[in-house]
Amino acid sequence: MTQEQDKEIKKIAVMEDIYRENDRLAAETRDGLDRRNIFTVNIMGAPGAGKTSVLRGIIASMSDTPVAVIEGDIESDIDTKVLRELGINAFQINTGGACHLDAPMIQTRLADVQLSDNSILFIENIGNLVCPAEFQIGEHIKLLIVDATDGSDKPYKYPLAFEKADGIVLNKCDLKPYVDFDSAFFYKGVQALNRKAPVFEVSGKTGEGFPAVVAWLKERRACHK
Amino acid sequence: MHEYPITQQIVKIVDEAARKQHASRVSKITLVVGELSGFVGDSIHLYFDIISKGTVAEGAEFSITYIKSKLLCENCLEHFERQMYSFACPRCGTDGVPTDIGKEFYIQDIEVEIESSQNNSDGE
Repeated sequence: MTQEQDKEIKKIAVMEDIYRENDRLAAETRDGLDRRNIFTVNIMGAPGAGKTSVLRGIIASMSDTPVAVIEGDIESDIDTKVLRELGINAFQINTGGACHLDAPMIQTRLADVQLSDNSILFIENIGNLVCPAEFQIGEHIKLLIVDATDGSDKPYKYPLAFEKADGIVLNKCDLKPYVDFDSAFFYKGVQALNRKAPVFEVSGKTGEGFPAVVAWLKERRACHK
Repeated sequence: MHEYPITQQIVKIVDEAARKQHASRVSKITLVVGELSGFVGDSIHLYFDIISKGTVAEGAEFSITYIKSKLLCENCLEHFERQMYSFACPRCGTDGVPTDIGKEFYIQDIEVEIESSQNNSDGE
């Protein structure tokens, strides 16, 4: 009888999606929100696109539905204060450097905020046209905010955000004539990446265009119920 | 920036897979990273060396397979790599549609060392 100490080298197929844990938590959060009939919208867009202004425009045209907002920022609570001054139920998340919200952050924050059943929850992601598109946070739909002053080439430069969006809001449309916004080029890019998402042209400044966004959100919410 | 938490996730998955095999050490990890996944392989590698310290994966060789993003031309039914500022199929000019090619982000496999102490009987 011999005893051997061997070192065996073995290759193991893992094939494991690295988003697994994030996606599991996102699904858990979505289930929890579903049970309370809270329709959740993940608002994505670059810094300065006007995510908070668009939210204000949407909420102003949505007086018949209870809403709440979770504001994601790297630092500060400027946006939360703006919304609270308008009487909107708003809560802050500061990521302290992280470039996007993820499912664990939302799950933790939701544990200590008061939300009404049968409401709409808007979660404003970190200003960033890249990373937020990669992470589910427990939302029902993703609403992408872009703006005319940023240029019409955004679908070509940041394709994933456009591809993942369920709806697209083009903000600052009142400025289109002044900034040489090439609508045909923009829409061609959006169309190539995403045939399903409607594009809404709005102006946070003048308030135009918001009733159509609200009508669509209500439709999506009704489909989801 | 967001490579740090995602690398923690990678170390966790590798650790779980290695434990299941009762491995003493992970010698190699092969990661598949699509161009559109948004993850920077070099950053993951850098964080990996830091995060894996003291785990079964410490010192493992890190191999990354990159995958170029591809669109599908619904006319030619062929995949193609897009050119800058265009989604047009190089063959027919129709705009292609997005596919999952280039969005991969997973651990393909790991190589582990298993210390086996076996009792080999010669039958007597």
